[in-house]
Amino acid sequence: MAKVSENKSEYLINRRDNQYEVVIGLEVHAQVTSQSKLFSTSATKFGAEPNTQVSLVDAAFPGMLPVINEYCVKQAIKTGIGLKAKINKRSVFDRKNYFYADLPQGYQISQFKDPIVGEGKVILDMPDGQKEVGIERLHLEQDAGKSIHDLDPKSTFVDLNRSGVALMEIVSKPDLRSPDEVNAYIKKLRSIMRYLGTCDGNMQEGSLRADVNVSVRKKGSKEFGTRCEIKNVNSIKFMQMAIEYEANRQVDLIEDGQKIDQETRLFDTKKNETRSMRSKEDAHDYRYFPDPDLLPLEVSDEFINELKNNIPELPDDKKKRFIDEFKLSPYEATILVSDIDTANYFEEVVTKMGKNKDMKLAVNWITGELFAVLNNKNLEISKSPVSAKNLAILVNLIKNGTISGKIAKTVFELMLNGDKDPQKIVEEKGLKQQSDPKAIEALIDKIINDNREKAIEYKQGKEKLFGFFVGQAMKASGGKANPQLINEILKKKLQ
Amino acid sequence: MSDITKQSLSELVENIKSKKLSSSEVTKAFVERSDKSKELNAYITEDYANALNKAKIFDEKPDLNLKLPGIPMAVKDLFCTRDLRTTAGSKILNNFVPTYESTVTQSIWNEGAILMGKLNCDEFAMGSSNETSFFGSVQNPIDKNLVPGGSSGGSSSAVAAQLTPITIGTDTGGSIRQPASFTGTVGLKPTYGSCSRYGIVAFASSLDQAGPMAQNVRDCALLHEVISTYDEKDSTSIEFKRNEYSKELTKDIKGKKIGIPKEYRVDGMPKEIEDLWKKGIEYAKDCGAEIIDISLPHTNYALPTYYIVAPAEASSNLARYDGVKYGFRAEGENLIDMYEKTRSEGFGAEVQRRIMIGTYVLSSGYYDAYYLKAQKVRKLIKNDFDDAYKKVDAILTPSTPSSAFKIGEKTNDPVSMYLNDIFTVPVNLAGLPGISIPAGHDAKGYPLGLQIIGKAFDEQNILNIAYAMEEKINFKNNITDWWLK
Repeated sequence: MAKVSENKSEYLINRRDNQYEVVIGLEVHAQVTSQSKLFSTSATKFGAEPNTQVSLVDAAFPGMLPVINEYCVKQAIKTGIGLKAKINKRSVFDRKNYFYADLPQGYQISQFKDPIVGEGKVILDMPDGQKEVGIERLHLEQDAGKSIHDLDPKSTFVDLNRSGVALMEIVSKPDLRSPDEVNAYIKKLRSIMRYLGTCDGNMQEGSLRADVNVSVRKKGSKEFGTRCEIKNVNSIKFMQMAIEYEANRQVDLIEDGQKIDQETRLFDTKKNETRSMRSKEDAHDYRYFPDPDLLPLEVSDEFINELKNNIPELPDDKKKRFIDEFKLSPYEATILVSDIDTANYFEEVVTKMGKNKDMKLAVNWITGELFAVLNNKNLEISKSPVSAKNLAILVNLIKNGTISGKIAKTVFELMLNGDKDPQKIVEEKGLKQQSDPKAIEALIDKIINDNREKAIEYKQGKEKLFGFFVGQAMKASGGKANPQLINEILKKKLQ
Repeated sequence: MSDITKQSLSELVENIKSKKLSSSEVTKAFVERSDKSKELNAYITEDYANALNKAKIFDEKPDLNLKLPGIPMAVKDLFCTRDLRTTAGSKILNNFVPTYESTVTQSIWNEGAILMGKLNCDEFAMGSSNETSFFGSVQNPIDKNLVPGGSSGGSSSAVAAQLTPITIGTDTGGSIRQPASFTGTVGLKPTYGSCSRYGIVAFASSLDQAGPMAQNVRDCALLHEVISTYDEKDSTSIEFKRNEYSKELTKDIKGKKIGIPKEYRVDGMPKEIEDLWKKGIEYAKDCGAEIIDISLPHTNYALPTYYIVAPAEASSNLARYDGVKYGFRAEGENLIDMYEKTRSEGFGAEVQRRIMIGTYVLSSGYYDAYYLKAQKVRKLIKNDFDDAYKKVDAILTPSTPSSAFKIGEKTNDPVSMYLNDIFTVPVNLAGLPGISIPAGHDAKGYPLGLQIIGKAFDEQNILNIAYAMEEKINFKNNITDWWLK
């Protein structure tokens, strides 16, 4: 029987009397946000016609030479700063040699021994507290082209648009212990890079993909098990599925008294299983050596400091500020800072609300109604049908009693169509809340008069009937009467 | 004007500038002589009609302020030339026509010169005799069935035979200086980073340098002045103050300290080489130079170091010739099979040998023992020169350990072939400039060359020394035009 773990979020695999811990490390490939490629001036736009963004350098024509794109270097260093990592003032580009049809040079220019960024860390917000994940290194490298095998029964087609596009490979330490932590880690990395503008994090377009290293060990063991590397997984969900499958496969092997072979595996998303791709013995000998076409990359302290001084507020700091400045709960703050566009939207709402603002109400409207709409319509917040300005106006209308929360929902529905000004909607549709006590008093007097028997029953102790009177009053006002006033006046009149 | 092709570049420039000759007359003369000299096999691709046409266009509106006004020339077929086939002497690029121009050749055309064609060379510049070319071996105009040296063998043959007034070659381990020495011509290997490598088919990136080849030192200086430029498209190009080498050329080398490295007295060096060197020392003294004995202690390791570093880089540089994008492709059962057949049929034996050596020395488990060790030794060789240059301004050595040999004589003995580069290779490893000038003949009447090695970026100094010594040596090349009869 498996014991119940004290730490609720601890992810363990139970077999008979044994508990296994899963050890995960990720090599994330993040496409650098840049107009042009790492060593050429070709464009990098996603979705262009095949082979329309290819220079002579990208296609490896004879005598063509790589020239480093300074912007990509800056992007890598900024990312390193965001990961609180050591920036290496001297780094070296190496050639990783292998033959493939979509690798025109016959080698990939990468960084092997001396990467541009060294050790750093990422903080994860897990349900039971924070967790620190170590970063081993970040290096710059070229992407390969794309082989297309399904256009023709006999031939393979090659699209070199991606060939030479700059990637950052971010290698974590083997610090992750569950699929949930992997989820949080990828989201945090993505968030940091989006804050920095160094990678758009778009997994559908392949801007972010990962090789996942998985091993298992008996709980309490200090030594790592033999790991398998699952290549090129391109969604968080698939990463989690792959890890679950792979960890269980490894546990089964150990329980069966077998050995785990160190190997590279592929995740079959259709069958939900990992398959052996090549064993350690079959591993490529990449014959890394420093690229003689490129001098070592040297950056000065001034260069690094200039970038440091221009780093925007990052999610961890923003979260802290949201809690301190806006009195948000850690939970609310975490949700709002997780994506740069959401954080920006929230801050704009805050600004537009002006002096007399209701922060809680604003948060509830963003994380409630707005998120629901975005989810339904599958929209990013940057494409929100309701602007931050108009949402701020709506929240203020509720706050100052112009409309009730209920009416606000009606107004919000109307706002979705063309980002209409809620103030105007309220005026045009006559939705303004009735807050004149005399008018409401008159309205209530009439209702009590019309329902004398019920009023008596109430006074005799049938308190349920209070709701009936509220409903009648709202109905009579066409839903516009201020509910608080109705409550107050009704209570007085029915005493 | 008769004997146009016998004129030096400087004379031709003078005559065109003073309108004694037109570009068309000059171009026609060299085209005609080239056309009659097919037996030398100096050309891989001829572009005579275009050259004559360009000369005509030049003459219609001649810009006589240019440094090479309407001067025809052929270049080594390692330089990519827009719209003209560029083969690197290989079957694998047999059908390759670049859409772009190398920086070095572009600089030449910008100064008014006209391309006549592409000159033969060892396949991917790998060779010391021009015998590894897919397009056949080249004849040395000095004597029938004599190699012109390599890898710039078509270039040295063409200059010596006056098929082109000047030319450019590339030098990775001696490929300009050794053929210059074998043909009685002048060849300069500039400082690494002096001439752009953009658009030159790569052999070994950390060693390759383009350089001028000419009949005399002045012509060599003029052409170097044209091709030495800083180029942003080559990350290893170096920004430094470049001289007007031909204008600043002087024979006044009084007081220059010239080092004689004892390690270059290699075992088994023929007596005539030893004598040539002694004679060179006397010439230098006559010019007013001071001779100082120096030591370059790691010289012995230069050749093995070179034959690790150069093949390692080459094995990677030549990976792009895979039949996928351009050039020769052999059909295969699948991708791997296509690669194997393409590269087995497309590359010659010497290139395959070097790819295998290079792949081996970079392999995991061997990298530290070979490649990394070689890089360390390379640094020691460079340090040797740095130390020597604290005492001297330049170094004088023989260019080669022997004179030109017969075609086929060494083809089955790669090591003996590699030994040809023993005096030139250290210069590439250290990234220094070196010039070979003709200095005498051996018993058979074949030319022998002396090499002057300079400090980095000090081309002017070695050109000056060469210029001064050239006058004293008063070398006469013995070209009988045997192939025309």
